Amino acid sequence: MPTSRVTAARGAPAVTSHDLTPTEARNRLMLRARDIMDRSFGRGLDTPSLGARVGMSEAHFIRTFKEVFGETPHRYLQRRRVERAMYLLRETETSVTDVCLDVGFNSLGTFSRTFKEITGISPTAFRQRHQPVRAVPTCFAMAWARPSSFGEARLASPPYSGASAAPGGAAEAKEDDA
Amino acid sequence: MITSINISHVWVFDQDEALEFYVGKLGLEVSADMEFGGAMRWLTVRPKGMTDREILLEKVAPPSVDPASAEKIRDVITKGASGFAVGFVTTDAAALHAELKAKGVEVTEEPTKQFYGTDFAVRDPFGNRLRFVEPATGYVGR
Repeated sequence: MPTSRVTAARGAPAVTSHDLTPTEARNRLMLRARDIMDRSFGRGLDTPSLGARVGMSEAHFIRTFKEVFGETPHRYLQRRRVERAMYLLRETETSVTDVCLDVGFNSLGTFSRTFKEITGISPTAFRQRHQPVRAVPTCFAMAWARPSSFGEARLASPPYSGASAAPGGAAEAKEDDA
Repeated sequence: MITSINISHVWVFDQDEALEFYVGKLGLEVSADMEFGGAMRWLTVRPKGMTDREILLEKVAPPSVDPASAEKIRDVITKGASGFAVGFVTTDAAALHAELKAKGVEVTEEPTKQFYGTDFAVRDPFGNRLRFVEPATGYVGR
């Protein structure tokens, strides 16, 4: 049964199907929040402000996001930031400290700990081991290079390792949204 | 030997709404719109004037798929997990981006310069991911 249109929290109403069940409308809204994280990860995003962007309290947003995507928005944002950090470490000469700040972490300690927790190795070790990958559209690279929360991330040899000729290169997206 | 691609496929929930988006917003044209009585409607769109490729906008619904599967497919699409639906080519990514944004299209990636060109991404009303690239001069790999 159709439900009310999901509207963007700002700007023109987003083009979203009217033909959605309440569950699907909820999915679509959480997808919008996730897309915001994919786009604006480098800026001080936090869970309360993301919740506000989709018209929800922080607690309701966290619970709903987790129901839809199986992890908290905070965890997703960490993985997005770590994926970007992996990209910068692999493809550029940017220092670890600058990478940390560029992808949205405020503290080198938190960055290093989170990076290691998710990928299994430190940012410096990651840089030493990995070669640039390139040649595919950014959305594809973003989706496939993102470290997993669902068990694969800690494999001894992750799927993105040593993939010098494999798809994956993703440039920094220019952000004009936040 | 396979020589080309003539039809690509995108699942949609409502074909009129899909038309409103793919034709009304993106500026594609209807290639074929045929009703065969009952539920079957063959609806394809294409970039204007492009006669050898079309995109089939197929409704996720019985009898094509059973109700339980339709529900699952819709769930997956609204979660953005339907994968990379279609990649389009444009002569001016910045202009197209501005136009689509003004029309309320949900832009998920702003125009970004890549070695293969400048591209950006949007979602259709259902959650499918679409991409638009203005190829870099001389780049023939795509």
